[in-house]
Amino acid sequence: MNTPVRHWNFTVGALITAGFIGMALLAQFWTPYDPAALSIVDKLQAPDARHWLGTDQLGRDVLSMIMAGARTSVGVALLSVLIGASIGVPLGLVAAAARGALDEVLMRGNDVVFAFPALLSAILITAVFGPGAVNAIIAIGIFNIPVFARVARAGALTQWTLDYTLAARIAGKGGWRISWEHVLPNLFALLWVQSTIQFSLGIIAEAGLSYVGLGAQPPTPSWGRMLNDAQTLTALAPYLAVIPGLAVLLFVLGLNLLGEGLRQRAERA
Amino acid sequence: MSAPLLEVAALSVAIGGTPILRDLSFKLGGGEVLGLVGASGCGKSMTALALMRLLPRGAAMQGAVRLCGEDLTIKSDAQMRSIRGRTVGMVFQEPMTALNPLMSIGAQVAETVRLHGAASRKAAQRAARDALDAVGLSGEQGALDRLPFELSGGQRQRVAIAMALAVAPPLLIADEPTTALDVITQAQVLTLLKDLARSRHMGLLLITHDLAVVAQLTDRVAVMQSGRILEQDVTHEVLRHPRHSHTQALIAAAALEPRRGGAALPGQPVLCVSHVVKEYPRRRRSIFKAPPPLRALDDVSLLVHAGETVGVVGESGSGKSSLLKVILALHRAEQGGVALLGENFSDAGGARLRTLRRAIQAVFQDPRSSFDGRWTVADIVAEPFFLMDTPPDSAERHRKVAHVLSQVGLMPQDATRFPHEFSGGQRQRIAIARALITQPAVIAFDEAVSALDVLVREQILQLLAQLAQSANLAYLFVTHDLHVIRAIADRIYVMQRGRIVEHGTTAQVFDSPQHEYTRALIAATPRL
Repeated sequence: MNTPVRHWNFTVGALITAGFIGMALLAQFWTPYDPAALSIVDKLQAPDARHWLGTDQLGRDVLSMIMAGARTSVGVALLSVLIGASIGVPLGLVAAAARGALDEVLMRGNDVVFAFPALLSAILITAVFGPGAVNAIIAIGIFNIPVFARVARAGALTQWTLDYTLAARIAGKGGWRISWEHVLPNLFALLWVQSTIQFSLGIIAEAGLSYVGLGAQPPTPSWGRMLNDAQTLTALAPYLAVIPGLAVLLFVLGLNLLGEGLRQRAERA
Repeated sequence: MSAPLLEVAALSVAIGGTPILRDLSFKLGGGEVLGLVGASGCGKSMTALALMRLLPRGAAMQGAVRLCGEDLTIKSDAQMRSIRGRTVGMVFQEPMTALNPLMSIGAQVAETVRLHGAASRKAAQRAARDALDAVGLSGEQGALDRLPFELSGGQRQRVAIAMALAVAPPLLIADEPTTALDVITQAQVLTLLKDLARSRHMGLLLITHDLAVVAQLTDRVAVMQSGRILEQDVTHEVLRHPRHSHTQALIAAAALEPRRGGAALPGQPVLCVSHVVKEYPRRRRSIFKAPPPLRALDDVSLLVHAGETVGVVGESGSGKSSLLKVILALHRAEQGGVALLGENFSDAGGARLRTLRRAIQAVFQDPRSSFDGRWTVADIVAEPFFLMDTPPDSAERHRKVAHVLSQVGLMPQDATRFPHEFSGGQRQRIAIARALITQPAVIAFDEAVSALDVLVREQILQLLAQLAQSANLAYLFVTHDLHVIRAIADRIYVMQRGRIVEHGTTAQVFDSPQHEYTRALIAATPRL
């Protein structure tokens, strides 16, 4: 009875996500217009056959900007998830394998990072090191670390209670090796789910940082800056604010559905 | 006899077209105890679920279930909800998961009363107190504000029974209620259930795989196999004169004939545990002074000779698992040490430790968690090759894996399959194969047959006896099950609260137990 609903979650989520990622990849090679090309003559045109999503106050094609913005969003979110996972997961595994003092030190260090509101600290980092996509990636990535560390540690602790880890120790294997050979592969399902969630949070964070001007700098297109630019024009051209807003909303929704679908799949398996 | 309390007539259940239960009919009167017994997968738990209409989706049910004269099969879901709990109480196997860990036991019992009996808060509290008293949790032990984690397994199971009984249901269904408990607690819980059935004139449907429990507790028994009832009669009739061959096999397997004479084997000592003390720090309650550590093992010494089977018996919490971990050099003892093949094992390190580890391997209790589910059987069985200085090349590895698999009665082609494709008994064979591959001198078994049903247990024990003979293996069998130990061990150590209180040959310990704890254990073990 439940099966169709579960499929629905996963399928719709996967389709939306694939759509946006496909769009980002496509933007690497082709967009309908140059997203940075100004054409004052064509400014503030409502969506029509020539410009499917209209043009902005400088005559740039909104569809092209959305596509190129997707590239920025995906790039920033993906790299920050990679940073978070590649540092956080090993930390969590080490904490779970070592227990005791090392565990305490690592996890309390985690708590310290966690204690700062993520976006606020990202603003701090980009403010200190200068705005830009790379610094945004680092800032968001740093805040993914404790999330992955906690998830990995919690999952690993459960694995460590299972008898097969005892069997591996009797086979002479040490904590590191068991973490790598046994524990980590058994956490993949968990980590995939967390990755999609962090990915969607990364999309939001990137949009937020760009919105306040600390993300990708012009001329690199970004959904957050499109929102900012559209702010003063909402009465004149509401679609300028609606379209990037919808893009963020739809992408995040798709990622959350995908995460939920992955979680359900993992549970059923 | 007046109309029976519960009458099941021609009950059949199919899930997705596959018949699960076929044409079951039985009756149960007030004050009567009916046992439903069979090997795992025979449909006994499914029967309980069918009675309560708790079957999984897609299940089709036929036949009639009459409780107090009313047909349950035609009740609405809402009516069933009020019947469950109020008219039929249920007690399950796992006492930890049946309770809410964050709610005090008093509140949990009172909640059941309030759900089913529209009682006032005060009255519910009183009913909870009475119910806990009735199951023997009185005074400080059963204080209403205690939380589940503060209770032992047996006490938790008593709380679960109290919850089931608080609203005085006419029928109680108990599904393996004592399987997770040790013998002494099991005896107490069984006596309690029987007394309650008698004194409250309550019908008790007891589902179990353990014929000894059936023999002790039930008035009548129904034996099940593949969803059918093979025979049902007064319990001692069925046990004395089983008509069906499957019943005979179950009884024979449960009886566990001793297969070793307890003859002293004059082998060399292979494992020598001397004066081991293991302490665990207790949680601090005061910041000024550390609490005295918990002494899990107190001056424990034991000896295992080549080719010998040694049993370590004790109830849960007696320190058996700690002992095993010290013996396997997974935990470090505070005092004393373990010598393996005459060498110091507990303080060995590096290459020395790896060499010594080859001589001792282990098999654990739970065949589900003993393996990494992502590994193939070949990888699992070959994992201890890590202990070799030069691991065998892939052809050699393949050959050796095939060899141990056939030794334990599996097929060489099973090597490419995954553990979840095997049954519990087969998995325990895989675990034994893994333990054999380094050709150890000793294998330690941690409750290795407790999770298996009697027929499978019999096969595994036979396999172990064969292997011991052919490879001159010594076994260290750690268990709470005296029945198993009696059948296989040459010598026995009895553990209580971290100490060895008695040891001797199997015959000595069972025929003339010296320590009162040993006598209590033996008395509590259900017998056929």
